[in-house]
Amino acid sequence: MSDITRAEVCVAACADLFLGAGETLASPMGLIPSLGARLARLTTEPDLLLSDGEAFLLTPESTVEGWLPYRKVFDVVAHGRRHVVMGANQVDRFGNQNISAIGDHAKPTRQLLGFRGAPGNTVNHRTSYWVPKHSPRVLVEAVDVVSGVGYDKAAGPFHDVHRVVTNLAVLDFATPGHSMRIVSVHPGVSVDEVREQTSFDLVAEDVTETRLPTDEELQLIRTRLDPGAKRDKEVPA
Amino acid sequence: MRDKRMTADEVVGEIKDGMTVGIGGWGSRRKPMTLVKALLRSEAKDLTVVTYGGPDAGVLCAAGKVRKLVYGFVSLDTIPYDPWFKRARETGAIEVLELDEGMFQTGLRAAAHRLPFLPIRAGLGSDVLKYAPEIKTVRSPYDDGEELVAMPALKLDVALVHLNRADRHGNAQYLGPDPYFDDLFCLAADRRYVSCEQVVETFDGPPQTLLLNRMMVDGVVEAPGGAGFTSCVPDYPRDEALQREYANAAADLEQWPAFYERFLR
Repeated sequence: MSDITRAEVCVAACADLFLGAGETLASPMGLIPSLGARLARLTTEPDLLLSDGEAFLLTPESTVEGWLPYRKVFDVVAHGRRHVVMGANQVDRFGNQNISAIGDHAKPTRQLLGFRGAPGNTVNHRTSYWVPKHSPRVLVEAVDVVSGVGYDKAAGPFHDVHRVVTNLAVLDFATPGHSMRIVSVHPGVSVDEVREQTSFDLVAEDVTETRLPTDEELQLIRTRLDPGAKRDKEVPA
Repeated sequence: MRDKRMTADEVVGEIKDGMTVGIGGWGSRRKPMTLVKALLRSEAKDLTVVTYGGPDAGVLCAAGKVRKLVYGFVSLDTIPYDPWFKRARETGAIEVLELDEGMFQTGLRAAAHRLPFLPIRAGLGSDVLKYAPEIKTVRSPYDDGEELVAMPALKLDVALVHLNRADRHGNAQYLGPDPYFDDLFCLAADRRYVSCEQVVETFDGPPQTLLLNRMMVDGVVEAPGGAGFTSCVPDYPRDEALQREYANAAADLEQWPAFYERFLR
């Protein structure tokens, strides 16, 4: 299949976040991570658990297979069989994330959502981030407020920040000092472009190109998961 | 058995200046808005409001009722940010205790269990503890020696919650998919008030839906539509049009007085 869009590359990159997850609750925030999780469930990770964003666990056919109100989500967080993909108003080189406030927390220039579950997620189970618009304003030298905990502040035995998927690249923290590195750049994106859009120095050794979705994956994305192509609004072609 | 039916104004008559008021529901879902509106009309001020915040947080900030807000987030769900909460924060109008969502639940549970604190990992390494230095850590007395957050009890003077059905004695039932944390709010509070869509003689549906029993409730208010414009499924979904009107008016101080007049009625 041809004319593969950037959004579709991002969906496949998000699906790959869940490789090897098995019977784990996938909690994707945002459209593209949700499409990625559902794609993974239909292809490589049939055992993945997915919620409807409210209180039910749903099969790919949208039948209810489980009940998971918020109080039970908190149990799963503490128990650890969960991989959350959160958004980030800011994320820094060690994977600290901010969804709380911009500026001084006592009197912010811009109040955001609040800490939400980010502090608990990041010290309890695997966490990835989705950044639909990779820019120096999002990938910052230091976050204004630490909501999600990065590697330089990691606490407890279960801290595990996995990857950052953006509209330009896939990044992780598999360096000796857990500083962010480029794993792959999306087709049509250069390493220099990713560096220009990032406020801190990125490690960039052995950078590959992000894989294209397979024909089967494209078919699923286009005809089953997102026939209205809402993905192209989150990441324009 | 006692008949605990009362009016919304009688409920808020119990709320005195400086009290800590917990509000049930989650975001823009099953918020006890009839009780909140009564509170807006009341004289009560300098309140500490404890909430998984939605428009309840916004309108109470708008009315200047809030001295301190305790929350994990404030959001209208389909509209990410509540404009009144944003304004209150960005002008420094309110004191805050911003928590992780799980810490919030753990604080309510500690209060419900009459414990000074309960341990939790959430908060470690994050800025929650930086902005709330009153929250301490504790070390496990066992061989692991792990350091954990000692989440202090979030004790409430008053809890306000809204459920689908209740009887006049204070037993109450949720019929939607999620109980949220309304039972914990009631257990954490000295005085507990439930509003409901309908007061019934007997309950239909499985007994597991009876979230509150009468030990946990001091007053029952029949308030059909009492969660609107937030959702109260299956009785009604969120009134998205009215929520949009709220958010638009809240973002524009010229529009706000007219909306507020209408909203309070």
